Amino acid sequence: MRYLLLIYTRETDVEPSADEAAASHAAYGAFTREIRERGLLQAGEALTPTSTATTVRVQGGEIVATDGPFAETKEALGGFYLIEARDLDEAIETAAKIPAASVGSIEIRPIWELPAEFAMAAGETGHEVGAAG
Amino acid sequence: MFIRPEDPHAVVDRLFREEQGRAVATLIRVLGDFDLAEEAVQEAFITALETWPVRGVPDNPGAWITTTARNRAIDRLRRRRVLAEKAELLGRQALIEEELAAIDPDAALDGAETMSPIVDDRLRLIFTCCHPALAMDARVALTLRTLGGLSTPAIARAFLVPEATLAQRLVRAKRKIRDAGIPYRVPDSHALPERLDGVLRVLYLVFNEGYGASTGDRLIRRELSAEAIRLVRVLGSLMPDEPEVMGLLALMLLHDARRETRTGPAGELVLLEDQDREHWDRERIAEGQALLERAMRMRRVGPYQLQAAIAALHDEAPSAAETDWGQIAALYRILGEMAPSPVVELNRAVAVAMADGPASGLDLVERIAASGQLDDYPYLHSTRADLLRRLGRRAEAAAAYRRALELTANGPERTFLEGRVGELGRATA
Repeated sequence: MRYLLLIYTRETDVEPSADEAAASHAAYGAFTREIRERGLLQAGEALTPTSTATTVRVQGGEIVATDGPFAETKEALGGFYLIEARDLDEAIETAAKIPAASVGSIEIRPIWELPAEFAMAAGETGHEVGAAG
Repeated sequence: MFIRPEDPHAVVDRLFREEQGRAVATLIRVLGDFDLAEEAVQEAFITALETWPVRGVPDNPGAWITTTARNRAIDRLRRRRVLAEKAELLGRQALIEEELAAIDPDAALDGAETMSPIVDDRLRLIFTCCHPALAMDARVALTLRTLGGLSTPAIARAFLVPEATLAQRLVRAKRKIRDAGIPYRVPDSHALPERLDGVLRVLYLVFNEGYGASTGDRLIRRELSAEAIRLVRVLGSLMPDEPEVMGLLALMLLHDARRETRTGPAGELVLLEDQDREHWDRERIAEGQALLERAMRMRRVGPYQLQAAIAALHDEAPSAAETDWGQIAALYRILGEMAPSPVVELNRAVAVAMADGPASGLDLVERIAASGQLDDYPYLHSTRADLLRRLGRRAEAAAAYRRALELTANGPERTFLEGRVGELGRATA
């Protein structure tokens, strides 16, 4: 089964020190390597802070773009991994190893595998990402 | 072989409790479908009710149920296959049918008794139903429904929720198991202690719901406790090397032994100190004590063993006054260190009050009250009230009883508290 692991952390205005940033990159590097070697990794990206986010809605046929995320929340989406795991237990075990799990939280969402006829385009993209990962 | 003629209806009733969980568990493993498994097993029991009174009870009724349920499941799958069009589905179904046909009901039955390395399907089912990714109320409902075979209306009545709400809860839980990929297996050894702890918590909650006095119907509550005891027994037979499973079973038995004396003829609450100890169930106490001793010998103490040890001290004492309260206070202290909780601290305060006098107990209670953690917990206020009453501080005691009353919905407990408020009122007037 495929699961999306959504990484939520508290955003701060304070820039991390060079040491902190290096430690964080090393930790994520090690985690990513491990799940790639285990054949779990399909995709994974880090996101820039929510201060760079734009929320789009269509209201009465008009595109309304606003600054920032829709709701003020304590923790913000900071990145994600898409993994292929045996079952929820393996997904939980994997999520727990994401460095942010000990300071923030990881939301695990099973991928809704749509039938091919409904998801032709999405399916093809998925294969490309899978092959690249 | 001569088989003692037994009323087939009684056999089916008894068997339903003992065997339905096992049959459902095996079918879920093969089918990967809770609903289909439950329906097939239900049909098998209906068939038993129809045929056994005519043809007699089979030699091995448990195996008969599993075989019949398996055949019913195959029938249902064949009917579905007629409707299925996709080759992929057909292939999967053929595979499932093959697996179903391969179920050996006798082997499944032998598994638990001979402690064979083959994992009993019920063990998988327990861990799936009590998976931490399910909400607690869903875990409880699912465990009682699939493992216990309690009907949806009975569970709804026990937890005072509308039947539709409970049915919805079950549907959602089963859907999450399927869609989120909650596995049907016993967790790996590194995750086992934590997950087993979660299972024990669900079973203890079921027992307490049946034992405690927070909900209505007496018969259903008794059934809940009995079911919790039965399920821990099954778990204990499947995991014989886990002292906390044994400890929980001991704890339940040692409490359940006092069940009949906890309420008076009119359903009113009878406190431990006023209970008729002659009517405590000695057989249950002996079984609980033996289990606790066996668990303790494994030298891996845990919260359930400690609570069972406390219950055993109560059960052994000829009266409240002759209870070893010092030992009980010490056990609560260890329990509090192992799993810190204000409720445990409150219990320790009660034991200290009995051992060293109400003033020492009250000191501890006031400290808990000052922390504000248990402000909505009626027993904090009723305990405080009782200690104040014993110290002769009647006005304060009456106020604390009234606060406890505000927080109590249960009939017998309310009657008890109202009685105390009345006594104090009369005495001060």
